[in-house]
Amino acid sequence: MNDFVAAPQAIAMDFEGAGDGRERGLALLLLSMADDEFVIGFSDSEWTGIGPILEEDVAISSLAQDELGHAQALYTLLANVVDDGRDADAWAYDRPPEGYIHARLLDHPRGDWAATIVRRYLYDTADSARLEALVDSSHRPLAELVAKIRREERYHLMHVQTWIERLADAGGESRHRLLAALGSMGPDAGTVLAPLAGEAALVRHGIVTEPFAAMEARWRDGVGATFRRLGLPELPPTASADRTRTDHSDAFRALHAEFTIVRRSEVGATW
Amino acid sequence: MVMTAPISTDSVRARLATVHDPEIPTVSIVDLGLVHDIRVDDRRIAVELLPTFVACPALELIRSDATEALGGFGRPVDVSFTFAVPWTTERLTDAGRAGLRKAGIAPPAEPSAVRCPFCDSASVAMDSAFGPALCRSLFYCRGCRQPFEAFKPI
Repeated sequence: MNDFVAAPQAIAMDFEGAGDGRERGLALLLLSMADDEFVIGFSDSEWTGIGPILEEDVAISSLAQDELGHAQALYTLLANVVDDGRDADAWAYDRPPEGYIHARLLDHPRGDWAATIVRRYLYDTADSARLEALVDSSHRPLAELVAKIRREERYHLMHVQTWIERLADAGGESRHRLLAALGSMGPDAGTVLAPLAGEAALVRHGIVTEPFAAMEARWRDGVGATFRRLGLPELPPTASADRTRTDHSDAFRALHAEFTIVRRSEVGATW
Repeated sequence: MVMTAPISTDSVRARLATVHDPEIPTVSIVDLGLVHDIRVDDRRIAVELLPTFVACPALELIRSDATEALGGFGRPVDVSFTFAVPWTTERLTDAGRAGLRKAGIAPPAEPSAVRCPFCDSASVAMDSAFGPALCRSLFYCRGCRQPFEAFKPI
């Protein structure tokens, strides 16, 4: 249980049903990944209909739809581990804002197009390092899902990489906005790979095949090389190592009010 | 005592071949390579399918169409989705690739090897990797001057 003291009260209680240290660590990992995918997916879906050009409107909507699908699959794996009667929808919609444990990077509002691209670039590259550490996970259902997700994320990485280069090379207002977004989000970029409370159990049981610090180092190397090539400033270290996945922003609380509105308006509503 | 007639997995597969992708009526879910496993025992018929994309919104429709198609066997049917192996575009059969072309969709290939499904020209350009469905990209054919969709290689 001591492994989980850093998790907020609501989360710790959520996992009462999830057996030993292995299962609690696994539950925390699955919830953190599912919440990351759900929050960025929902947030980016707000561009649907107002994307900068038609092709990009379609592209960002596709990326958002992929992430929501990944979130649904991850919440389903979580429901099987915690096994307390809650299904994927209950996990996605029936928690108060403080019960979500997405990374602080994703607490930043959607912002302008440069902010959306920067948030997605930083998240997708970090998520990619995390997925690499799960390819050979001892939790088979997770390893199988990750194999599938990585094939889809390849398209996300190509797309967002192209956009970062376009904004950086365009100069003028594009580059100015890109730098502003990096300035506000850069210090929170590392929160995606900040160590989870249950990390020791995760590593010990082979659920992740390397510690989060190793994933973060690999991710920083890759991003660093791209930024040097584009003449962008080096990514700063994580601003605060505390509460990297709790204490959410007003922007997230507003998003939460939006994505839970159907569920709150009519209990048990289905599509 | 009532004897249950034997049901072969081939007969189940043949019935599944009558179920089509809801958006691509020229391709069956068998030719699309979605069928991972078929198990028949005295109590039920269990079918495992592979999603093309994790977030494909057609999954529930495919599940109910497949369940309905197997209803004639008179045994409970359980159709589920699995990630046991990732669905890849190599799973498409030749009939599936022909069916895609018939629907105006280029079969999956690396972008440089995509050919126009209408005039077979190789003089095509990708407009966007993202199309109207998660599984498709947008191309333009310089030969017949038509936009077309291509199945994404995955």
